[in-house]
Amino acid sequence: MRFLKENRAALLLAAAGVVLMVLGTGRGETEIILRKAINICMECIGLG
Amino acid sequence: MVDKIRWIKKHIRLWVQILFAAVSNGYVRGFLEGRIYRGKGKMICLPGLNCYSCPGALGSCPVGAFQAVLGARNFKVTFYVTGFLIFVGAVFGRFVCGWLCPFGLLQDLLYKIPFIKKRKRLPGDFWLKYLKYVVLVLFVIVLPLTVLDVAGQGQPWFCKYICPSGMVMGALPLLAVNTSLRAALGWLFTWKMVLLLLILLLTLWTYRPFCRYLCPLGAVYGLFNRISVFRYQVDGEKCTKCGQCQTSCDFDIAVYETPNSSECIRCGRCKNVCPVSAISMACKAGEKKEKNTVSL
Repeated sequence: MRFLKENRAALLLAAAGVVLMVLGTGRGETEIILRKAINICMECIGLG
Repeated sequence: MVDKIRWIKKHIRLWVQILFAAVSNGYVRGFLEGRIYRGKGKMICLPGLNCYSCPGALGSCPVGAFQAVLGARNFKVTFYVTGFLIFVGAVFGRFVCGWLCPFGLLQDLLYKIPFIKKRKRLPGDFWLKYLKYVVLVLFVIVLPLTVLDVAGQGQPWFCKYICPSGMVMGALPLLAVNTSLRAALGWLFTWKMVLLLLILLLTLWTYRPFCRYLCPLGAVYGLFNRISVFRYQVDGEKCTKCGQCQTSCDFDIAVYETPNSSECIRCGRCKNVCPVSAISMACKAGEKKEKNTVSL
């Protein structure tokens, strides 16, 4: 109980973060990330 | 026994860093064959600056993922990566930088190399430390959102022009075994290589210059340091303000005054050297917490 009280702000923000992640997943953002991440990122490795 | 505990305390962070870097980049075949992992795990972001073009990477870099979504034609905001950063920031803050970031590990190892005279701060440190916020706003948010190609897509400006993690973790191992990639080297590679070498050279001189002055991920996590679950508190009744915490801190943070500075990466050295054990992790302090604690 004390833990919850002392970390109220952090836990609320963490919960908000989870909600945003669920929303983002729901609108297909993870597909874009996957598409980018499974191909070699030419910008990252300095090739353009 | 006491010596053993002291040894573990002294080295535990290094082992956690090595273990986490090895596990999150554990696709060994990628290193051998010069290609990257293509599994669905890459939908999930890793907490540190871990390039997704590292042949071994099993997850995605949050900064790269952020720019990828922002630069996509259909999205101008990313709930998923923003939520991830808020979640990790709220729980860990910059603990991630100190314990879970592979590029932080590289800088830690380089800093151990003896060099003429180590400096705690570079000249202009007061202003330079705000540079990472400029990098965050300009290279991670504004430019990928506003500079668009004919198809309406933005570029990952931070990854393309700044990120040294992409060079160390992605470019070097891929180019070592992939000859077709080597044929495509040009001015951009030269620019990023020069920047990488400059950062690595500076790392011999001062502690973690990239984290301190340029890292947009550290800038974001630092904003959460004051409220994150993994935060420090100083027992005002025990603290004698002897300054040993600041002396031991490679970032030169006056921990007894600002234990939750946005620059603190939670390496824990201040906790270990405090002669009166006045510094503790707030989430572990429990009943020991008394009045007069400093938690700024």
